[in-house]
Amino acid sequence: MSNQDPETGSFFPRDRSWHPKAFTPDYKTSVVRSPQKALISFPNTISEITGPVFGHNILGELDHDLIRNFASPGESAIGERIIVHGRVLDERGRGVPGALIEVWQANAGGRYRHKNEGYVAPLDPNFGGCGRTITNQDGAYEFRTVKPGPYPWPNGVNDWRPAHIHFSLFGAGFAQRLITQMYFEGDPLIPLCPIVNAISDERAIEQLVAPLDMANTVPMDARAYKFDIVLRGRRSSLFENKLEGN
Amino acid sequence: MAQSLNRLKESAAQTAGPYVHIGCTPNFLGMTGVFPEDLGHSMVNDKTKGERITITGHVFDGTATPLKDALLEIWQADAGGLYNSPSELRGSADPNFTGWGRQPTDLGTGVFSFETIKPGRVPFGDGRLQAAHISFYIVARGINLGLNTRMYFGDEEEANGKDPILGRVEHKVRVPTLIAPRQGNTYTFEIHLQGDRETIFFDI
Ligand SMILES: [Fe+2]
Repeated sequence: MSNQDPETGSFFPRDRSWHPKAFTPDYKTSVVRSPQKALISFPNTISEITGPVFGHNILGELDHDLIRNFASPGESAIGERIIVHGRVLDERGRGVPGALIEVWQANAGGRYRHKNEGYVAPLDPNFGGCGRTITNQDGAYEFRTVKPGPYPWPNGVNDWRPAHIHFSLFGAGFAQRLITQMYFEGDPLIPLCPIVNAISDERAIEQLVAPLDMANTVPMDARAYKFDIVLRGRRSSLFENKLEGN
Repeated sequence: MAQSLNRLKESAAQTAGPYVHIGCTPNFLGMTGVFPEDLGHSMVNDKTKGERITITGHVFDGTATPLKDALLEIWQADAGGLYNSPSELRGSADPNFTGWGRQPTDLGTGVFSFETIKPGRVPFGDGRLQAAHISFYIVARGINLGLNTRMYFGDEEEANGKDPILGRVEHKVRVPTLIAPRQGNTYTFEIHLQGDRETIFFDI
């Protein structure tokens, strides 16, 4: 099956022991927001294997440049300039082309531009904190931004989120929908974070930590971090039950 | 010993957190000028085929308090039962209907609302028709992995009774958690994360 063939198979079952469980009491908000009854499983139908697809025509020129997309003309966001790049892959290791990626993050001081945010660190008038892009034919993508600061949050008396960027991803099917976070190599707050530690498998945590990528760093301008993201893969058997009308 | 399957693991989910609007609905937040409009804000235009409906409700936590920081996405077939997706090989869906919507719950009241059309029916794997339904994906602070559920239509009693997915539910007493009653052109879908009326969530 080449990348050009329409993607129509069922998805591999989700490995729910790899994902964080719903009820993770050290992350206190999960206590009353976690379903308690067993999920009901069923095989993918056309409702799960299809999904919305977004064209490059929705993208503005600066959508993937958070340093400039909220800044006044001629100005730019304050902070450590970085490039975040990588590929969106499926579980079979193939690039996912045309995947919409949306990101959001705090500014360099750890402050979000949001009505419900009250952290004392100041807003940066030239930083909004949102961006989006769509992967190319190889599944590759790239953003430019400033490195977000860690921030304190009301959970324990003194809990701090490690620096992170939120990622939202669309593959080709609605069952691939994924929201996750990217962390930065070497951040000592990662192992202390109750949200990170909602994930029980150390390897699953490592998969969310982006390494510094000196080879792709732009000299005298911006350091690069590489972050690959894996979405669910599709079964490829020709012997799968055919849907009516196929 | 045997060959490796050479599979990757799906990236683990992390909560969308309290500030999901910055990335997904910045205009709703008043952050205008970055994206012209919030994706998924409008699903229909004046040429869309099908019966116009409103879907509204809340997402309640285990204390019966509505979430005011949740984000909901819906995915549905067009009026003729086709999805607007490259993976839809049965025909071409209505080009004036995206099938995908995204709405935050109101920051003050927790109410969500979608303006859409009633979808047509689509087949199950064995060819039987499923009852008309809308797929939901729900994220919020405190939800580690996005929740999947479905809304069925209260005025489709006969089809709901024969639906292959609803038929898999062992505890029939829970089926009504997925069925939205109709009043006029509005369906009300109240989602409960916990408790006696906990909504059925699916592992898809
Ligand atoms: Fe965050």
